[in-house]
Amino acid sequence: MDLLSFNLPLVALLPFIGAPLAAYAANFNRVASAWTAGFVTLVSLLLLLPAASLPFEGQTLIQSWSWLPSLGLDFAFRLDGLALLFSLLILLIGLLVILYARYYLSAGDSMGRFFAYLLMFMGSMLGIVLSENLIQLVVFWELTSLTSFLLISYWQNQQDARDGARMALAITGAGGLAMLAGVLIIGNIVGSFNLTEVLASGDLIREHDAYLPALVLILLGVFTKSAQFPFHFWLPHAMAAPTPVSAYLHSATMVKAGIFMLARLYPALSGTEAWGWLVGSAGMITMVLGAYTALFKHDLKGLLAYSTISHLGLITLLFGFGTKLAAVAAIFHIINHATFKASLFMVAGIIDHECGSRDMRKVNGMLKYMPHTAVLAMIAASAMAGVPLLNGFLSKEMFFEQAVTASGGNMLAWAIPVLVTLGAIFSVAYSLRFIHDVFFNGEPVGLTKTPHEPPRFMKIPVDILVMLCLGVGIAPMILVAPILSVAVAASLQSATPEFSLAIWHGVNLPLIMSFIAMGIGAIVYFNREKLFRWHDKNLPRVDARVLFNMVLHGVLVATGKVSRLFDRGSLQNATSWVLLTAVAAVAYGYLQFSSPLLGNRALMPMDWLTFALATTIILASVLCAVLHHRRLVSLIIVGVVGLIVSLGFVKFSAPDLALTQLSVEVVTIVLLLLALFFLPQHTPQERNSRRMTRDIVLSVSAGVSVMLLAMAVMTRDYAPISDFFIQNSKPGGGGTNVVNVILVDFRGFDTLGEIVVLALAGLGIFAMLKDLRLPAPLHDIEGREWNHDPHPPIMQTLTRLLFPLMLLVAVFIFLRGHNLPGGGFIAGLIAAVALISQYLANGIAWTNARLKVDMHIVIACGLAAAFLTGLVAILLSYPFLTSTFTYLKWPVVGKFEVASAMAFDLGVFLVVVGATVLILVELGKLSHASHRMQQQEHY
Amino acid sequence: MEWLIAIVIGVMTASGIYLVLRARTFPVVLGLTLLSYAVNVFLFVMGRLQIGQAAIIDPSAPGYTDPLPQALVLTAIVIAFGMTAFLIVLALKARSELGNDHVDGMSYVAEEEAAKQHKAEQS
Repeated sequence: MDLLSFNLPLVALLPFIGAPLAAYAANFNRVASAWTAGFVTLVSLLLLLPAASLPFEGQTLIQSWSWLPSLGLDFAFRLDGLALLFSLLILLIGLLVILYARYYLSAGDSMGRFFAYLLMFMGSMLGIVLSENLIQLVVFWELTSLTSFLLISYWQNQQDARDGARMALAITGAGGLAMLAGVLIIGNIVGSFNLTEVLASGDLIREHDAYLPALVLILLGVFTKSAQFPFHFWLPHAMAAPTPVSAYLHSATMVKAGIFMLARLYPALSGTEAWGWLVGSAGMITMVLGAYTALFKHDLKGLLAYSTISHLGLITLLFGFGTKLAAVAAIFHIINHATFKASLFMVAGIIDHECGSRDMRKVNGMLKYMPHTAVLAMIAASAMAGVPLLNGFLSKEMFFEQAVTASGGNMLAWAIPVLVTLGAIFSVAYSLRFIHDVFFNGEPVGLTKTPHEPPRFMKIPVDILVMLCLGVGIAPMILVAPILSVAVAASLQSATPEFSLAIWHGVNLPLIMSFIAMGIGAIVYFNREKLFRWHDKNLPRVDARVLFNMVLHGVLVATGKVSRLFDRGSLQNATSWVLLTAVAAVAYGYLQFSSPLLGNRALMPMDWLTFALATTIILASVLCAVLHHRRLVSLIIVGVVGLIVSLGFVKFSAPDLALTQLSVEVVTIVLLLLALFFLPQHTPQERNSRRMTRDIVLSVSAGVSVMLLAMAVMTRDYAPISDFFIQNSKPGGGGTNVVNVILVDFRGFDTLGEIVVLALAGLGIFAMLKDLRLPAPLHDIEGREWNHDPHPPIMQTLTRLLFPLMLLVAVFIFLRGHNLPGGGFIAGLIAAVALISQYLANGIAWTNARLKVDMHIVIACGLAAAFLTGLVAILLSYPFLTSTFTYLKWPVVGKFEVASAMAFDLGVFLVVVGATVLILVELGKLSHASHRMQQQEHY
Repeated sequence: MEWLIAIVIGVMTASGIYLVLRARTFPVVLGLTLLSYAVNVFLFVMGRLQIGQAAIIDPSAPGYTDPLPQALVLTAIVIAFGMTAFLIVLALKARSELGNDHVDGMSYVAEEEAAKQHKAEQS
């Protein structure tokens, strides 16, 4: 098989498989989980590499599997230049972060949990960038919100980590929902969710009426994820995450997902005035505001967070310009920002690690203590400021150039370059602060430990990233131009425009802007004390967290009030609300119903026997409700009702139902009797007459509505879909009992689900009854002692004699089930009754000594038989649970039909026997144990 | 005949719902059992009432009833048994953990107090 036909989903899904492995590896050795994570990342990378050359040849690799064809949904992956660039960023920076985190995490942190989360996050990111199907993309998008929540709240004992994570999840999760809505609109316009078609239908989308809502919804997703104004406030609070997480999520990956969507949907959505205004203004405000705020943050990571917001704004603004060269600059800056910002976050982590503080008012003069780290940090921060010979300079120059050209002819012509320069001034100022305040500016103030260089390997990731900053800055055409070119081509879906990544373009306006920014930036920084004072005095402090918490609190209080209206901790009240709603809904339905309540179908004549039985059932039901204080009596009455119902099934052409109801009835009554032994024999009288009146009114109105509904249906003719089943039962399913053939063949999958439910109920009961001890009453309700002979000889003898006969009946009912009333359910119940009567008559110990079968195993065998029957069909390349049958000639018996559905029915049989016997015997054991307890007390 | 069956369904439903709304676990379980009979019969009659037309393929049969509701109800009967069993064991567990069989886990004394408080609030 060709690797290129299935490697992309593996690349994205492998980290998800690796996550539990990494968590598991931590059980053996802390470092092992880091190795596992690194190994998994490396394998993903190796799987991607064989396809890496395709985008350079101008090909787009698409791997697609049909998922829900009726909805136009495919499980589809896509590798073009843009996807390749982002995948490489995610995987390579991921590798570096894993190496860094292995040294960053302290002995008290769980390595397994960290790397498992990190891998899941990586897989989600890869899923976003490699998706061809937009719905699938949104699924991965939401997965990044969830996994980043886990990563940000990694230090779960810290309040700010939990709050920050919750805020990030609320904002980005809500944005993801908006994006889903936007994607659905686009899919509706284009008629396909596949990117190939969507990207080719740009004109169709832009001219559609629904373009604006779709654009706004998608931009909501983008802006929340990429922390654009006014949704930027979650990002600084997410800094409560461990620093490797910040280095990964908040420089190279998660926040870039929004930007990625801008680049991805650029051909489909851009080029309109709305796009320019929305994207451009959000980007512009975010860039200036972020850069300005960053200068005033005393926390190193806070500075970097606002700087990230500012740079994301810059990239967004570039996409807002809407020119092809602006897109080149934007994608170029994505690469550059990822490299310098990841390294700066790592440096901040190293300083935090070594100094125990990130406060720039305390951490000063670090050059002396960690010269190596200082050099790395200075280079990376210079790249952030846009100093020549570094990568940040190149993309910033391109950005300035675009800002100058984009403003041409507009009345705001001067505003864009001025604002852009203003942003750049603050950018230089905060970069300078990062360098000067931390590494120079005197001696450290009040640190608890003496800082020194971190372990060698902790610096390697920073080394590599800083080398890239330098390398790209000096030799851009060699290092970055090829991949940039294919990424831009994929983003624009057209030929890449001519661009030049030269270091020297001559003295032009962008260069002058750069120098202005650097000059004024330096002045601003060295006069920062005045600026800080002015800032503290004149600008109001807006803490988004307070606002956010207020809104959140308000919502929680409001929802709490609403639910307390209906639920005040009483099940009776809650149930009556549900029932009242149902009755009201039915009543409303009747009122809306215009045609007469009853139809024209001829009514059946009444016969006296039915009338008598029906009267009995009506009386019994009413009596049951009236006499419910006497529990044993009401239980017997319920038994009467059940038996008459089964007679009703006999009367109205449903022999299978009658048999099932009859055997279930026996089992249910035995079960309830066993349970009643441990419960009070009487229900205390109720005093709340208002509640009783309310319940009577409610139940009578429910009864009347159901009666009328049943009447409305029964008096009308209808066209059932059952003709198909009746016609195909014999030729298609090989059986003449249509009900049974439906169960084991036509609707076999449903039956499979139902026996799973039954098995789960049995196991759940087993779990609940384990170690349960209840005091058994010493005597019955009238003060009589229990019989001391629990196993009367006549009953013992009779049941032992009857046992083979009962099993024979079960086998007979089972075998004929396909053609005549019977089948697995009924046979299983009969066999269960046979076994239970042995337990009842002879005691649990006696029966268990002879019946050496664990009922858990029986249930498991039954489920396995049913499943395997289905799987065999798949192996023979038929759909799941397809059945077949043939006729065999057996001696004596004659012609005999063998259907594969019988194996399925055998599974049903085993599950029913297993679950029923398990439930009753466990209950029986309970009484057995308490009897024993009692006897011991007696003597 | 149809009226008779519809009334049977209605009465079983009403009794079942009344019992479900009681305050003790055992009547609630009985109520659910009754209610599940009612629901099963209700579903069953969606295939209309037919006499002597069981859905067993036979050339001499005069006609067939609708087998689909029957198949649905057959599994529903068995599932209802599983549900009843689960609930009654849950009730036993609650009795063992809470020491009483009130659906809200209230003891008798607490219940008396709640009733008094309720009366006080009303007056």
